[in-house]
Amino acid sequence: MPPDTHPQSPAIHLPWPLRDKVAFVGIGTTRYGNFPETDSYGLGCEALNAALDDAGLTPAEIDGLIVNRIPSYERFAEMMGINPQYCLLTEAPGRFSGVSLALAAQAIATGAAKTIALVYGNNGRSVRMLYGGGDSQWSPWGMTSPGAIHAMMWQRHMHDFGTKHGDLGEVSVAFRHHATLNPVAVMHGKPITLEDHATARPICEPLKLLDYCLINDGAVAWIMTSAERAKDLKRPPVLLSGYARQDCFAYGSAPADDYWYPTLSACRSVYDRAGIGRDDIQGLGIYDNFTPTVMFSLEGLGFCKQGESGDFVKGGTLRLGAGRWPTNTSGGHLSDSYMQGWGIIAECVRQLRGDCGERQIPDARAMQYICATHIAQSLILRRADA
Amino acid sequence: MTLSTRPKPLVDNWNKPFWAACAEGKLVLQRCKATGKCFFPPAPVSPFTGKPDWEWITASGRGTLWSFVIFHQSYFPGMRDELPYPVVMVKLEEGPYLLTNVEGMEPEDLKIGMRMSVRFPGGPEGFVLPQFGPEA
Repeated sequence: MPPDTHPQSPAIHLPWPLRDKVAFVGIGTTRYGNFPETDSYGLGCEALNAALDDAGLTPAEIDGLIVNRIPSYERFAEMMGINPQYCLLTEAPGRFSGVSLALAAQAIATGAAKTIALVYGNNGRSVRMLYGGGDSQWSPWGMTSPGAIHAMMWQRHMHDFGTKHGDLGEVSVAFRHHATLNPVAVMHGKPITLEDHATARPICEPLKLLDYCLINDGAVAWIMTSAERAKDLKRPPVLLSGYARQDCFAYGSAPADDYWYPTLSACRSVYDRAGIGRDDIQGLGIYDNFTPTVMFSLEGLGFCKQGESGDFVKGGTLRLGAGRWPTNTSGGHLSDSYMQGWGIIAECVRQLRGDCGERQIPDARAMQYICATHIAQSLILRRADA
Repeated sequence: MTLSTRPKPLVDNWNKPFWAACAEGKLVLQRCKATGKCFFPPAPVSPFTGKPDWEWITASGRGTLWSFVIFHQSYFPGMRDELPYPVVMVKLEEGPYLLTNVEGMEPEDLKIGMRMSVRFPGGPEGFVLPQFGPEA
Protein backbone atom coordinates (compact mmCIF):
# COMPACT_ATOMS: atom_id res chain seq x y z
CA MET A 1 0.00 0.00 0.00
CA PRO A 2 1.13 3.56 -0.62
CA PRO A 3 2.73 5.13 2.44
CA ASP A 4 -0.03 7.68 2.97
CA THR A 5 -2.29 5.02 4.42
CA HIS A 6 0.32 4.29 7.11
CA PRO A 7 -0.31 5.81 10.52
CA GLN A 8 1.68 8.79 11.64
CA SER A 9 3.54 7.98 14.84
CA PRO A 10 1.02 8.84 17.53
CA ALA A 11 3.01 9.86 20.57
CA ILE A 12 1.11 8.90 23.67
CA HIS A 13 3.70 10.31 26.03
CA LEU A 14 1.58 10.02 29.12
CA PRO A 15 1.72 7.72 32.11
CA TRP A 16 -0.08 4.48 31.38
CA PRO A 17 -3.27 4.22 33.44
CA LEU A 18 -2.35 0.61 34.26
CA ARG A 19 1.23 1.38 35.27
CA ASP A 20 2.42 -1.10 37.94
CA LYS A 21 -1.14 -2.22 38.68
CA VAL A 22 -0.79 -5.79 37.42
CA ALA A 23 1.85 -8.40 38.27
CA PHE A 24 3.24 -11.72 37.09
CA VAL A 25 3.02 -14.15 40.00
CA GLY A 26 3.55 -17.53 38.38
CA ILE A 27 5.63 -18.78 35.46
CA GLY A 28 5.73 -22.29 34.05
CA THR A 29 7.50 -23.74 31.03
CA THR A 30 7.78 -27.31 29.75
CA ARG A 31 10.74 -28.92 28.04
CA TYR A 32 10.90 -28.03 24.35
CA GLY A 33 11.41 -30.79 21.80
CA ASN A 34 9.61 -33.58 19.95
CA PHE A 35 6.85 -35.06 22.10
CA PRO A 36 4.41 -37.03 19.92
CA GLU A 37 3.12 -38.82 23.06
CA THR A 38 1.30 -35.63 24.15
CA ASP A 39 -0.27 -32.58 22.44
CA SER A 40 -0.89 -28.88 23.01
CA TYR A 41 -3.47 -29.71 25.71
CA GLY A 42 -1.09 -32.02 27.58
CA LEU A 43 1.75 -29.56 27.27
CA GLY A 44 -0.49 -26.65 28.30
CA CYS A 45 -1.63 -28.53 31.43
CA GLU A 46 1.99 -29.28 32.31
CA ALA A 47 3.03 -25.62 31.95
CA LEU A 48 0.00 -24.35 33.86
CA ASN A 49 0.64 -26.80 36.73
CA ALA A 50 4.23 -25.56 36.89
CA ALA A 51 3.01 -21.94 36.97
CA LEU A 52 0.42 -22.72 39.67
CA ASP A 53 3.09 -24.42 41.81
CA ASP A 54 5.38 -21.46 41.22
CA ALA A 55 2.66 -19.06 42.40
CA GLY A 56 1.40 -21.29 45.22
CA LEU A 57 -2.11 -21.34 43.72
CA THR A 58 -4.64 -24.03 42.81
CA PRO A 59 -6.86 -24.20 39.69
CA ALA A 60 -9.83 -23.20 41.84
CA GLU A 61 -8.20 -19.84 42.46
CA ILE A 62 -8.00 -19.05 38.72
CA ASP A 63 -10.99 -17.00 37.57
CA GLY A 64 -9.68 -15.91 34.19
CA LEU A 65 -8.23 -18.00 31.36
CA ILE A 66 -6.62 -17.03 28.06
CA VAL A 67 -5.35 -19.84 25.84
CA ASN A 68 -3.27 -19.61 22.67
CA ARG A 69 -2.45 -22.33 20.10
CA ILE A 70 -4.57 -24.71 22.19
CA PRO A 71 -7.57 -25.55 20.01
CA SER A 72 -10.39 -24.98 22.55
CA TYR A 73 -10.49 -22.85 25.69
CA GLU A 74 -13.56 -24.79 26.72
CA ARG A 75 -11.92 -28.21 26.58
CA PHE A 76 -8.80 -26.88 28.27
CA ALA A 77 -10.82 -25.32 31.11
CA GLU A 78 -12.77 -28.56 31.46
CA MET A 79 -9.54 -30.56 31.70
CA MET A 80 -8.05 -28.31 34.37
CA GLY A 81 -11.30 -27.94 36.31
CA ILE A 82 -11.32 -24.17 35.87
CA ASN A 83 -14.69 -22.36 35.78
CA PRO A 84 -13.68 -18.76 35.13
CA GLN A 85 -15.62 -15.54 34.86
CA TYR A 86 -13.39 -14.42 31.97
CA CYS A 87 -12.26 -16.72 29.16
CA LEU A 88 -10.75 -16.24 25.73
CA LEU A 89 -8.88 -17.96 22.89
CA THR A 90 -6.51 -15.59 21.09
CA GLU A 91 -5.28 -15.73 17.49
CA ALA A 92 -2.34 -17.94 16.53
CA PRO A 93 0.36 -15.45 15.38
CA GLY A 94 3.11 -14.68 17.88
CA ARG A 95 2.14 -11.02 18.05
CA PHE A 96 -0.74 -12.28 20.23
CA SER A 97 1.51 -13.12 23.18
CA GLY A 98 1.81 -9.40 23.91
CA VAL A 99 -1.82 -8.78 22.93
CA SER A 100 -2.97 -11.52 25.33
CA LEU A 101 -0.86 -10.03 28.09
CA ALA A 102 -2.43 -6.60 27.59
CA LEU A 103 -5.95 -8.08 27.52
CA ALA A 104 -5.27 -9.87 30.81
CA ALA A 105 -3.96 -6.63 32.36
CA GLN A 106 -7.09 -4.79 31.25
CA ALA A 107 -9.35 -7.53 32.59
CA ILE A 108 -7.63 -7.49 35.98
CA ALA A 109 -7.60 -3.69 36.18
CA THR A 110 -11.31 -3.45 35.39
CA GLY A 111 -12.30 -6.25 37.75
CA ALA A 112 -13.38 -8.64 34.99
CA ALA A 113 -11.18 -11.25 36.68
CA LYS A 114 -8.87 -11.37 39.68
CA THR A 115 -6.30 -13.99 38.74
CA ILE A 116 -5.75 -14.95 35.11
CA ALA A 117 -3.90 -17.95 33.75
CA LEU A 118 -2.48 -17.42 30.26
CA VAL A 119 -1.55 -20.70 28.63
CA TYR A 120 0.29 -21.23 25.35
CA GLY A 121 0.70 -24.76 24.02
CA ASN A 122 2.19 -25.78 20.69
CA ASN A 123 2.93 -29.20 19.22
CA GLY A 124 4.16 -27.86 15.88
CA ARG A 125 7.18 -30.13 15.73
CA SER A 126 5.54 -33.50 16.29
CA VAL A 127 2.73 -32.69 13.84
CA ARG A 128 5.38 -31.44 11.36
CA MET A 129 3.80 -28.00 11.11
CA LEU A 130 5.10 -26.24 7.99
CA TYR A 131 5.04 -22.46 8.18
CA GLY A 132 4.44 -21.99 4.47
CA GLY A 133 2.72 -23.59 1.50
CA GLY A 134 -1.03 -23.94 1.15
CA ASP A 135 -3.31 -21.50 -0.61
CA SER A 136 -2.77 -17.80 -0.10
CA GLN A 137 -2.77 -14.51 -1.97
CA TRP A 138 0.73 -15.06 -3.37
CA SER A 139 0.98 -18.86 -3.65
CA PRO A 140 0.73 -18.90 -7.49
CA TRP A 141 4.07 -17.08 -7.49
CA GLY A 142 5.59 -19.36 -4.88
CA MET A 143 5.70 -16.61 -2.27
CA THR A 144 4.97 -18.09 1.12
CA SER A 145 6.25 -18.45 4.69
CA PRO A 146 7.07 -15.76 7.27
CA GLY A 147 10.79 -16.31 6.66
CA ALA A 148 10.45 -15.17 3.04
CA ILE A 149 8.73 -11.97 4.14
CA HIS A 150 11.67 -11.14 6.40
CA ALA A 151 14.16 -12.15 3.70
CA MET A 152 12.45 -9.71 1.31
CA MET A 153 12.66 -6.92 3.87
CA TRP A 154 16.30 -7.62 4.79
CA GLN A 155 17.34 -7.67 1.12
CA ARG A 156 15.92 -4.18 0.77
CA HIS A 157 17.42 -3.06 4.09
CA MET A 158 20.87 -4.06 2.82
CA HIS A 159 20.21 -2.01 -0.32
CA ASP A 160 18.87 1.02 1.55
CA PHE A 161 21.42 1.15 4.34
CA GLY A 162 24.43 -0.95 3.35
CA THR A 163 23.86 -3.56 6.03
CA LYS A 164 25.11 -7.09 5.34
CA HIS A 165 23.86 -10.62 5.84
CA GLY A 166 26.85 -11.07 8.14
CA ASP A 167 25.43 -8.43 10.50
CA LEU A 168 22.64 -10.86 11.32
CA GLY A 169 25.25 -13.36 12.43
CA GLU A 170 25.95 -11.24 15.51
CA VAL A 171 22.34 -11.79 16.61
CA SER A 172 22.44 -15.50 15.89
CA VAL A 173 25.76 -16.03 17.68
CA ALA A 174 24.79 -13.97 20.75
CA PHE A 175 21.54 -15.90 21.30
CA ARG A 176 23.32 -19.21 20.74
CA HIS A 177 25.85 -18.20 23.37
CA HIS A 178 22.94 -17.68 25.78
CA ALA A 179 21.66 -21.17 24.95
CA THR A 180 25.03 -22.55 26.03
CA LEU A 181 24.39 -20.95 29.46
CA ASN A 182 20.83 -22.31 29.68
CA PRO A 183 20.87 -26.04 30.53
CA VAL A 184 17.32 -26.57 29.18
CA ALA A 185 17.77 -24.66 25.90
CA VAL A 186 17.22 -26.79 22.82
CA MET A 187 20.61 -25.71 21.43
CA HIS A 188 22.45 -26.06 24.74
CA GLY A 189 25.97 -27.36 24.15
CA LYS A 190 25.98 -26.40 20.47
CA PRO A 191 27.87 -23.12 20.11
CA ILE A 192 28.16 -21.50 16.69
CA THR A 193 30.48 -18.97 15.07
CA LEU A 194 29.91 -16.12 12.63
CA GLU A 195 31.35 -18.40 9.96
CA ASP A 196 28.77 -21.09 10.75
CA HIS A 197 26.09 -18.45 10.26
CA ALA A 198 27.58 -17.30 6.97
CA THR A 199 27.99 -20.79 5.53
CA ALA A 200 24.69 -22.32 6.68
CA ARG A 201 22.44 -23.68 3.98
CA PRO A 202 20.23 -21.05 2.34
CA ILE A 203 16.49 -21.32 3.03
CA CYS A 204 15.15 -18.17 1.40
CA GLU A 205 18.05 -15.93 0.38
CA PRO A 206 19.32 -13.69 1.70
CA LEU A 207 18.35 -15.66 4.84
CA LYS A 208 20.01 -18.94 5.78
CA LEU A 209 19.30 -21.69 8.27
CA LEU A 210 20.73 -19.90 11.33
CA ASP A 211 18.54 -16.85 10.68
CA TYR A 212 15.46 -19.00 11.33
CA CYS A 213 13.83 -19.89 14.65
CA LEU A 214 13.37 -23.46 15.91
CA ILE A 215 9.97 -25.17 15.73
CA ASN A 216 9.34 -27.45 18.72
CA ASP A 217 6.63 -28.84 20.94
CA GLY A 218 6.27 -27.06 24.25
CA ALA A 219 4.14 -24.82 26.41
CA VAL A 220 4.41 -21.69 28.51
CA ALA A 221 2.05 -20.43 31.21
CA TRP A 222 1.91 -17.12 33.05
CA ILE A 223 -0.31 -16.25 35.97
CA MET A 224 -1.19 -12.60 36.40
CA THR A 225 -3.07 -10.82 39.15
CA SER A 226 -3.29 -7.37 40.72
CA ALA A 227 -0.11 -5.89 42.18
CA GLU A 228 -1.94 -5.69 45.49
CA ARG A 229 -2.81 -9.38 45.59
CA ALA A 230 0.64 -10.33 44.29
CA LYS A 231 2.22 -9.12 47.54
CA ASP A 232 0.62 -12.05 49.41
CA LEU A 233 1.82 -14.74 47.02
CA LYS A 234 4.87 -16.97 47.07
CA ARG A 235 7.27 -15.33 44.63
CA PRO A 236 8.59 -11.77 44.34
CA PRO A 237 6.07 -10.02 42.07
CA VAL A 238 7.15 -8.67 38.70
CA LEU A 239 5.12 -5.63 37.68
CA LEU A 240 3.86 -4.69 34.24
CA SER A 241 4.97 -1.06 34.21
CA GLY A 242 4.20 -0.02 30.67
CA TYR A 243 2.75 -1.28 27.41
CA ALA A 244 2.62 0.42 24.02
CA ARG A 245 1.18 -0.83 20.76
CA GLN A 246 0.59 0.50 17.27
CA ASP A 247 -0.92 -1.56 14.46
CA CYS A 248 -0.57 -1.07 10.73
CA PHE A 249 -2.31 -3.36 8.26
CA ALA A 250 -1.83 -1.18 5.19
CA TYR A 251 0.91 -3.23 3.50
CA GLY A 252 -1.26 -4.66 0.71
CA SER A 253 -0.68 -8.18 2.03
CA ALA A 254 2.98 -7.79 0.99
CA PRO A 255 6.15 -7.49 3.13
CA ALA A 256 6.26 -4.24 5.11
CA ASP A 257 8.02 -1.66 2.94
CA ASP A 258 8.97 0.48 5.94
CA TYR A 259 10.46 -2.17 8.27
CA TRP A 260 7.57 -1.26 10.65
CA TYR A 261 9.70 1.73 11.59
CA PRO A 262 6.79 4.19 12.06
CA THR A 263 4.77 1.84 14.25
CA LEU A 264 7.77 0.66 16.26
CA SER A 265 8.78 4.30 16.72
CA ALA A 266 5.31 5.00 18.08
CA CYS A 267 6.00 2.32 20.70
CA ARG A 268 8.83 4.43 22.12
CA SER A 269 6.04 5.90 24.23
CA VAL A 270 6.47 2.78 26.38
CA TYR A 271 9.18 4.57 28.40
CA ASP A 272 6.91 7.45 29.38
CA ARG A 273 4.05 5.07 29.92
CA ALA A 274 6.15 2.95 32.29
CA GLY A 275 7.96 5.86 33.91
CA ILE A 276 11.19 4.01 33.23
CA GLY A 277 13.83 5.33 30.85
CA ARG A 278 15.98 3.29 28.52
CA ASP A 279 19.01 3.81 30.76
CA ASP A 280 17.19 2.13 33.63
CA ILE A 281 16.68 -1.11 31.72
CA GLN A 282 19.18 -3.93 32.15
CA GLY A 283 18.15 -6.39 29.45
CA LEU A 284 15.86 -7.07 26.50
CA GLY A 285 13.52 -9.70 25.16
CA ILE A 286 13.07 -9.31 21.40
CA TYR A 287 10.71 -11.38 19.27
CA ASP A 288 13.20 -13.22 17.06
CA ASN A 289 11.26 -15.38 14.64
CA PHE A 290 14.04 -14.42 12.18
CA THR A 291 17.22 -12.45 12.79
CA PRO A 292 16.09 -9.31 10.86
CA THR A 293 13.20 -8.67 13.27
CA VAL A 294 15.77 -8.08 15.99
CA MET A 295 17.41 -5.40 13.84
CA PHE A 296 14.07 -3.78 12.97
CA SER A 297 13.13 -3.79 16.67
CA LEU A 298 16.37 -2.14 17.77
CA GLU A 299 16.08 0.55 15.11
CA GLY A 300 12.37 1.16 15.63
CA LEU A 301 12.61 1.52 19.39
CA GLY A 302 15.57 3.89 18.96
CA PHE A 303 18.46 1.84 20.37
CA CYS A 304 20.33 3.01 17.27
CA LYS A 305 19.49 5.13 14.25
CA GLN A 306 17.56 3.60 11.38
CA GLY A 307 19.94 1.63 9.18
CA GLU A 308 22.65 1.38 11.83
CA SER A 309 21.63 -1.87 13.52
CA GLY A 310 24.46 -3.73 11.78
CA ASP A 311 27.11 -1.60 13.45
CA PHE A 312 25.12 -1.49 16.69
CA VAL A 313 25.12 -5.27 17.26
CA LYS A 314 28.81 -5.75 16.32
CA GLY A 315 31.15 -7.02 19.01
CA GLY A 316 28.54 -8.65 21.24
CA THR A 317 26.21 -5.76 22.14
CA LEU A 318 23.40 -8.28 22.69
CA ARG A 319 25.61 -10.88 24.43
CA LEU A 320 25.45 -11.36 28.18
CA GLY A 321 28.78 -10.50 29.80
CA ALA A 322 30.02 -8.67 26.71
CA GLY A 323 27.57 -5.91 25.79
CA ARG A 324 25.25 -3.32 27.26
CA TRP A 325 22.05 -5.04 26.06
CA PRO A 326 21.87 -8.74 26.93
CA THR A 327 18.96 -9.95 24.82
CA ASN A 328 17.00 -13.23 24.82
CA THR A 329 19.10 -14.78 27.57
CA SER A 330 17.25 -18.12 27.32
CA GLY A 331 18.46 -18.48 23.74
CA GLY A 332 15.30 -16.93 22.31
CA HIS A 333 13.36 -18.33 19.38
CA LEU A 334 16.57 -18.83 17.44
CA SER A 335 18.42 -21.05 19.92
CA ASP A 336 15.93 -22.14 22.57
CA SER A 337 12.57 -22.50 20.91
CA TYR A 338 9.92 -20.68 18.93
CA MET A 339 7.34 -20.26 21.68
CA GLN A 340 5.98 -17.18 19.89
CA GLY A 341 7.01 -14.57 22.43
CA TRP A 342 5.50 -16.45 25.39
CA GLY A 343 8.85 -17.98 26.35
CA ILE A 344 10.73 -14.71 25.87
CA ILE A 345 8.35 -12.84 28.20
CA ALA A 346 8.65 -15.71 30.73
CA GLU A 347 12.44 -15.28 30.57
CA CYS A 348 12.11 -11.53 31.26
CA VAL A 349 10.10 -12.35 34.41
CA ARG A 350 12.66 -14.93 35.51
CA GLN A 351 15.48 -12.44 35.02
CA LEU A 352 13.71 -9.95 37.28
CA ARG A 353 13.27 -12.58 39.99
CA GLY A 354 16.94 -13.57 39.79
CA ASP A 355 16.05 -17.14 38.75
CA CYS A 356 18.45 -17.40 35.82
CA GLY A 357 21.57 -18.98 37.28
CA GLU A 358 24.52 -18.87 34.92
CA ARG A 359 22.66 -16.65 32.47
CA GLN A 360 21.47 -14.15 35.10
CA ILE A 361 21.78 -10.47 34.16
CA PRO A 362 23.45 -8.86 37.19
CA ASP A 363 21.02 -6.76 39.22
CA ALA A 364 18.20 -6.97 36.67
CA ARG A 365 15.57 -4.47 37.82
CA ALA A 366 13.73 -3.70 34.58
CA MET A 367 13.41 -5.59 31.29
CA GLN A 368 11.93 -4.49 27.96
CA TYR A 369 10.15 -6.71 25.43
CA ILE A 370 9.76 -5.71 21.78
CA CYS A 371 7.79 -7.35 18.99
CA ALA A 372 8.14 -6.11 15.39
CA THR A 373 5.12 -7.13 13.31
CA HIS A 374 1.98 -5.53 11.88
CA ILE A 375 1.01 -5.21 15.55
CA ALA A 376 4.12 -3.45 16.86
CA GLN A 377 4.45 -3.69 20.62
CA SER A 378 6.77 -3.02 23.48
CA LEU A 379 6.39 -3.54 27.18
CA ILE A 380 8.46 -2.89 30.26
CA LEU A 381 8.49 -5.13 33.30
CA ARG A 382 10.13 -4.31 36.60
CA ARG A 383 10.83 -5.88 39.96
CA ALA A 384 8.30 -4.69 42.53
CA ASP A 385 11.08 -3.86 44.99
CA ALA A 386 13.29 -2.08 42.44
CA MET B 1 10.46 -24.81 -16.32
CA THR B 2 6.73 -24.44 -16.70
CA LEU B 3 4.03 -22.40 -15.01
CA SER B 4 1.39 -25.08 -15.60
CA THR B 5 2.07 -26.85 -12.31
CA ARG B 6 1.91 -23.68 -10.21
CA PRO B 7 -0.63 -23.44 -7.37
CA LYS B 8 -3.91 -22.00 -8.64
CA PRO B 9 -4.96 -18.60 -7.36
CA LEU B 10 -7.70 -18.23 -4.79
CA VAL B 11 -10.49 -16.63 -6.78
CA ASP B 12 -13.09 -14.49 -5.03
CA ASN B 13 -15.69 -12.00 -6.15
CA TRP B 14 -13.26 -9.11 -5.95
CA ASN B 15 -10.27 -10.52 -7.83
CA LYS B 16 -12.25 -12.32 -10.55
CA PRO B 17 -11.89 -9.38 -13.00
CA PHE B 18 -8.13 -9.27 -12.30
CA TRP B 19 -7.72 -12.92 -13.32
CA ALA B 20 -10.03 -12.52 -16.31
CA ALA B 21 -7.87 -9.61 -17.53
CA CYS B 22 -4.65 -11.60 -17.03
CA ALA B 23 -6.11 -14.32 -19.26
CA GLU B 24 -6.33 -11.64 -21.96
CA GLY B 25 -2.79 -10.45 -21.33
CA LYS B 26 -3.81 -7.31 -19.48
CA LEU B 27 -2.86 -6.11 -15.99
CA VAL B 28 -5.74 -4.30 -14.30
CA LEU B 29 -6.01 -2.53 -10.95
CA GLN B 30 -8.77 -0.95 -8.93
CA ARG B 31 -8.56 2.84 -8.73
CA CYS B 32 -10.24 4.86 -6.00
CA LYS B 33 -12.45 7.49 -7.64
CA ALA B 34 -12.15 9.96 -4.79
CA THR B 35 -8.35 9.94 -4.53
CA GLY B 36 -7.28 8.60 -7.94
CA LYS B 37 -5.02 6.10 -6.21
CA CYS B 38 -4.78 2.41 -7.06
CA PHE B 39 -4.81 -0.53 -4.68
CA PHE B 40 -4.12 -4.27 -4.68
CA PRO B 41 -5.14 -6.99 -3.79
CA PRO B 42 -8.68 -6.41 -5.08
CA ALA B 43 -11.18 -5.43 -2.40
CA PRO B 44 -14.83 -4.38 -2.03
CA VAL B 45 -13.88 -0.84 -0.99
CA SER B 46 -11.08 1.69 -1.41
CA PRO B 47 -8.66 1.60 1.54
CA PHE B 48 -8.28 5.37 1.14
CA THR B 49 -11.93 6.15 1.85
CA GLY B 50 -13.51 2.88 2.99
CA LYS B 51 -16.15 3.41 0.29
CA PRO B 52 -17.11 1.14 -2.63
CA ASP B 53 -16.27 3.98 -4.98
CA TRP B 54 -13.68 2.63 -7.41
CA GLU B 55 -13.18 1.57 -11.01
CA TRP B 56 -11.01 -0.94 -12.86
CA ILE B 57 -8.22 0.56 -14.95
CA THR B 58 -5.64 -1.00 -17.21
CA ALA B 59 -2.26 -0.55 -15.53
CA SER B 60 0.87 0.48 -17.38
CA GLY B 61 2.45 -2.89 -16.58
CA ARG B 62 5.63 -1.10 -15.57
CA GLY B 63 7.32 -0.76 -12.23
CA THR B 64 10.59 -0.94 -10.33
CA LEU B 65 12.16 -3.81 -8.42
CA TRP B 66 11.69 -3.09 -4.69
CA SER B 67 13.30 -6.29 -3.44
CA PHE B 68 13.70 -9.99 -4.20
CA VAL B 69 14.40 -13.35 -2.56
CA ILE B 70 15.55 -16.75 -3.78
CA PHE B 71 13.63 -19.76 -2.45
CA HIS B 72 15.68 -22.89 -1.74
CA GLN B 73 13.07 -24.55 0.44
CA SER B 74 10.26 -26.49 -1.23
CA TYR B 75 6.76 -25.49 -0.16
CA PHE B 76 4.74 -26.35 -3.29
CA PRO B 77 5.03 -29.75 -5.01
CA GLY B 78 4.36 -28.11 -8.39
CA MET B 79 7.35 -25.78 -8.00
CA ARG B 80 9.95 -28.31 -6.91
CA ASP B 81 11.52 -28.38 -10.37
CA GLU B 82 11.94 -24.60 -10.30
CA LEU B 83 14.10 -24.58 -7.14
CA PRO B 84 15.94 -22.41 -6.43
CA TYR B 85 13.43 -19.85 -7.71
CA PRO B 86 13.22 -16.07 -7.29
CA VAL B 87 10.25 -14.07 -6.05
CA VAL B 88 10.41 -10.36 -6.82
CA MET B 89 8.52 -7.52 -5.18
CA VAL B 90 7.69 -4.97 -7.86
CA LYS B 91 6.37 -1.51 -7.06
CA LEU B 92 4.02 -0.69 -9.93
CA GLU B 93 4.00 2.81 -11.40
CA GLU B 94 0.45 3.12 -10.09
CA GLY B 95 1.61 2.54 -6.50
CA PRO B 96 0.69 -0.99 -5.37
CA TYR B 97 3.18 -3.82 -4.97
CA LEU B 98 3.01 -7.17 -6.74
CA LEU B 99 4.87 -10.27 -5.63
CA THR B 100 5.76 -12.10 -8.80
CA ASN B 101 8.56 -13.93 -10.63
CA VAL B 102 10.99 -13.15 -13.40
CA GLU B 103 10.82 -14.09 -17.04
CA GLY B 104 13.39 -13.48 -19.69
CA MET B 105 16.29 -12.84 -17.34
CA GLU B 106 18.56 -14.62 -14.87
CA PRO B 107 18.08 -14.05 -11.13
CA GLU B 108 21.78 -13.03 -10.92
CA ASP B 109 20.91 -9.94 -12.96
CA LEU B 110 18.28 -8.66 -10.55
CA LYS B 111 19.18 -5.21 -9.24
CA ILE B 112 17.00 -3.37 -6.77
CA GLY B 113 15.64 -0.24 -8.43
CA MET B 114 15.75 -1.66 -11.96
CA ARG B 115 12.84 -0.98 -14.27
CA MET B 116 10.65 -3.97 -15.01
CA SER B 117 7.59 -4.70 -17.08
CA VAL B 118 4.90 -7.34 -17.15
CA ARG B 119 4.46 -10.32 -19.47
CA PHE B 120 2.00 -13.20 -19.50
CA PRO B 121 3.78 -16.44 -20.38
CA GLY B 122 1.24 -18.94 -18.97
CA GLY B 123 -0.07 -20.47 -15.79
CA PRO B 124 -1.96 -23.33 -14.20
CA GLU B 125 -5.02 -24.59 -16.09
CA GLY B 126 -7.55 -21.80 -16.57
CA PHE B 127 -5.20 -19.01 -15.44
CA VAL B 128 -2.40 -16.81 -16.71
CA LEU B 129 0.13 -15.54 -14.15
CA PRO B 130 1.71 -12.13 -14.62
CA GLN B 131 5.51 -12.36 -14.59
CA PHE B 132 8.04 -9.55 -14.82
CA GLY B 133 11.23 -8.98 -16.76
CA PRO B 134 13.53 -6.11 -17.74
CA GLU B 135 11.53 -3.24 -19.21
CA ALA B 136 11.43 -3.65 -22.98
